[in-house]
Amino acid sequence: MTDEAAQDGAGAEGSAATPAPEELFGAPLTRSGGQLVLHPSREQYPLLLRTLHEAGYLSIIDLTGVDYLTHPGRSGLPASVAPERFEVVVNLINHRERARLRLRLQIPADDARLASAIDLYPGTEAMERETFDMFGIEFDGHPDLTRILMPEDWPGHPLRKDYDPGRIPVQFKGAPANR
Amino acid sequence: MTTTHDTPTNLAQTDEGAQELTSRDVIAGAERLRELGAVLRLSEAEALDAELAQAPDEETMIINMGPQHPSTHGVLRLMLELQGETVLRCKPVIGYLHTGMERTGETLTYLQGPTNVTRMDYAAPLFTELAFSLTVEKLLDIEVPERAVWIRMLMTEMNRISSHLLFMATNGMDLGAVSMMLYGWREREEALRFLQEVTGLRMNHNYIRPGGVAADLPDGWRDGVLRLLDMLPPRLAEYDTLMTNQPIWRERLQGVGVISAEECLALGVTGPILRSTGYAWDLRRDMPYLAFDEVDFDVVVGSYGDCFDRFAIRLAEIRESMKIVRQCLEKMPKGDYRIQDKKVTPPPRARIDESMEALIHHFKIFTEGFKVPEGEAYVSIESPRGELGCYIVSDGSSNPYRMHVRAPSFVNLQTLPHLMHGNLVADAVAIISSVDPILGEVDR
Repeated sequence: MTDEAAQDGAGAEGSAATPAPEELFGAPLTRSGGQLVLHPSREQYPLLLRTLHEAGYLSIIDLTGVDYLTHPGRSGLPASVAPERFEVVVNLINHRERARLRLRLQIPADDARLASAIDLYPGTEAMERETFDMFGIEFDGHPDLTRILMPEDWPGHPLRKDYDPGRIPVQFKGAPANR
Repeated sequence: MTTTHDTPTNLAQTDEGAQELTSRDVIAGAERLRELGAVLRLSEAEALDAELAQAPDEETMIINMGPQHPSTHGVLRLMLELQGETVLRCKPVIGYLHTGMERTGETLTYLQGPTNVTRMDYAAPLFTELAFSLTVEKLLDIEVPERAVWIRMLMTEMNRISSHLLFMATNGMDLGAVSMMLYGWREREEALRFLQEVTGLRMNHNYIRPGGVAADLPDGWRDGVLRLLDMLPPRLAEYDTLMTNQPIWRERLQGVGVISAEECLALGVTGPILRSTGYAWDLRRDMPYLAFDEVDFDVVVGSYGDCFDRFAIRLAEIRESMKIVRQCLEKMPKGDYRIQDKKVTPPPRARIDESMEALIHHFKIFTEGFKVPEGEAYVSIESPRGELGCYIVSDGSSNPYRMHVRAPSFVNLQTLPHLMHGNLVADAVAIISSVDPILGEVDR
């Protein structure tokens, strides 16, 4: 139900932008279970956000990362987009059109950085910090890119697939350690 | 980008590292504007106008509030820069409850997932279960039976009532209305009693699962609902007498912590905070899920975006939820409470005694779990605190490859610096309370 609304809304937007069949706002478009997904390049991203903001996508509702280290051959990417290790996933919402749009940005492991969206969408402040904290993806232009959930002196980025979650033995007073 | 601090050296010096308010003399112009408006950008004129901003460094004081302050709703730490009693800047420091639940979610099967996510927002646990289950169902591309849909609506609305009653209690307590605290907890306990009758637990129910719900409604559930629906209206009228119409309460809340709709949208804020500004946005109405398009209810909005509006909206939302619950009572269809799909649903208990295959099937589902097709999906619902979303990436196995929860409190907390700017430190408590953060959800 929400997805039909999303499609209708975004379709109306699409006619205003580039009306190429599998492109929306100049970025490759795919559908994932009825939800609209854009696959812009990192270079396109700041300009695309500006276009989307003008088109009425006034809120970034969610921004997070995914580490595809152990699942590189995922489907859902258009042929023109080369998969990289990291993805930054941005969910935008257009309140007036009741439409949602998801951006999937490919971030290579050896240069894990992306432009910050904070100037247009100040609400990404905490989300970008969380993504930095959990995946080590840096956001250029973020005023305070520090750890947000983990302690400041924590080594590593816990949601990376090559990070060993490990286990800190719980030491009760006087009790012998059982592992 | 001109960095305001060198992260590596700071990290080496102290375990608190860069978790500090940046000192004023190192903030460059543009970033200073950002800091002064907390996270929002102020226009040049506004910045000039704010004579608060011209306070010299030596006239201000930085104090820590929390993480163990009783009114911080758990373990929220705020760094406040004060000039006299006025708050100039504020920085929330979070992470004290971080237990890596998103990582834990990657090691649990889809059937075990709800036990994990239900512990995020512990005041409204059914909502996180629902968001998770809806996302998994989207990936599986299955539709749950009618009755399961309506049970889910009934239970989440009951949960919304109990969550807002908890807000009434804590909001009263934070502002010194201690009797309100007792009343709020008392009524919430009644709501939880119903949830316990159905799910077996007061909190962390693990009741809504991919494919439906864990068990059918027990005999006599209608009486439990009706008892609550009869009990609440006079009690809510008492709240009105005690709080809404009381001059001291109004003095304390009206005009405190004001935010505008534009600022809310820019910050990604949802829920009662956004509605308090007069912006009618409720996912139940605007992007309906479950069967919310078949029930009749109002989206309550405020007009000033202050603490009083946020209080009044939540009180009114209890009444709206009661309306929905009553309609669930009337329209509850007969049928199955979970999908009869062999792939997802374990066989009925009676079959296990007589059939070896059923036993194996049962065993397989509970040990290995069921496989979910490869893909990714984001589904969101309206929790008592705002948009609660779940993003799952599946690699085709029986565990999520990545499970992310978009927690409304986490995003809503970003309004604190803005709401507090220029307010008195005594109002800080009222403002934190009106944002209604649940720290388990903030830190996950």
